[in-house]
Amino acid sequence: MSTELSHDEILRYSRHLLIPEVGLDGQKKLKASSALVIGTGGLGSPVALYLAAAGIGRIGLVDFDVVDESNLQRQVIHGTATVGRLKVESAKARLQDLNPDIRVEIYNEPFTSENAFRIAENYDVLIDGTDNFPTRYLSNDVCVLLGKPNIYGSIFRFDGQASVFDARVGPCYRCLFPEPPPPGLVPSCAEGGVLGVLPGTIGTIQATEALKVLLGIGTPLVGKLLLYNALDMTFDFVNLRKNPKCRICGPDADIKELIDYEEFCGVPGSGHDEGSAGEGWDIDAPQLASLLQGSSAPLLLDVREPHELEISWLPNATNIPLGALAARLSELDSAREMVVFCKAGTRSARALELLVSAGFKKVKNLHGGINAWARSVDTSLPIY
Amino acid sequence: MTTIRIPTPLRGYTGGQSEIPVTGETVAQALADLTARYPAIKPHLLQDDGELRPFVNLFKGEENVNDLQGLETSLTETDKLLLIPSIAGG
Repeated sequence: MSTELSHDEILRYSRHLLIPEVGLDGQKKLKASSALVIGTGGLGSPVALYLAAAGIGRIGLVDFDVVDESNLQRQVIHGTATVGRLKVESAKARLQDLNPDIRVEIYNEPFTSENAFRIAENYDVLIDGTDNFPTRYLSNDVCVLLGKPNIYGSIFRFDGQASVFDARVGPCYRCLFPEPPPPGLVPSCAEGGVLGVLPGTIGTIQATEALKVLLGIGTPLVGKLLLYNALDMTFDFVNLRKNPKCRICGPDADIKELIDYEEFCGVPGSGHDEGSAGEGWDIDAPQLASLLQGSSAPLLLDVREPHELEISWLPNATNIPLGALAARLSELDSAREMVVFCKAGTRSARALELLVSAGFKKVKNLHGGINAWARSVDTSLPIY
Repeated sequence: MTTIRIPTPLRGYTGGQSEIPVTGETVAQALADLTARYPAIKPHLLQDDGELRPFVNLFKGEENVNDLQGLETSLTETDKLLLIPSIAGG
């Protein structure tokens, strides 16, 4: 692709060309540059849209998921018309409509230790828009080992973080977070929820930082972490320094190649069955329905938060939110058969682990949660 | 008075409060005051040996206490402590 701008491109990018910091030279630089967006969800949507609009010559999109209606509250690159389609295809179509002059390369696969170098090596910057700890550590390590900037953004409910991790000139993600939190401490957006506009705020900051890095202008967030809280409307900045004990970019680094990130984080990464407690521990919704018809119906334990009961509920279920379960075990009869459920099976799988370690033996996890029940047993219930 | 800002994921352990005034001349004393009043937050911040857990970052103003004197970092009445959690949503 020629880096010269056509007359059409000059018109398209005229508002950039008017800024002295960008100008014709800067716009040509953007045309010659490339960015890999990992995840086309809440963060990836605004990042990819704005990078495409800005005229980044080549944009890579990595995702393995399909568009779901519950995505559309925040994943604005997709639309009602693309529900059910591959996310990378849905996103590519939108980007090419926004800017047909750029090249969009899609990778319909989870980002893993096996494919990460192959996918990432031909891009100038990586943008971390993933939704889980294993892929975040993977993205970081790929960037450190390939010597590329990692444009970081992360969100939870009303909180957002952003930074530029570039181990060549500053700290990396592992310098700040040497280890992930134990599984279950920090809920995912699917479990804990997220304000739809929050990834818009953080994603546009990531897009801004990517453009600055590619243009070589301004002061990127290297060695700084932005902390945003939407409820308080606060933006705080803290200083980050290289951690001398960092296992991948410190002087005594022992991580020289990509590792098993699911093992490192103690949790499955992307692409696994999130609603299962593991073989032998699950019961599916139709099985539970027939058990409940019988004479020895099991106790139903709902470990969701009380406000979720307003959306959907099962009759005669006992509600003890997961966070309170450890302190309220004495309310449960360990001799009785029990089926634990939540929205989709993730929290109940964790509750099951807790119950089993406390000596409960007759417990099962409702595979896929109350949403699976709503899908296959009681279709009058909403799915959320 | 020194304050500690509590991030959203941990507010469930502080009765929903986002900013908590604490007393203490060092970070360790301030954390002792916080965890004495909100015991449920303690296992999320400190290891059994009293050190900060490795996925928890505590900043005094703009500086990570690990880059200062760790838990022995001194505090004044006007200092603001900031707890930074690992979050992964996207």
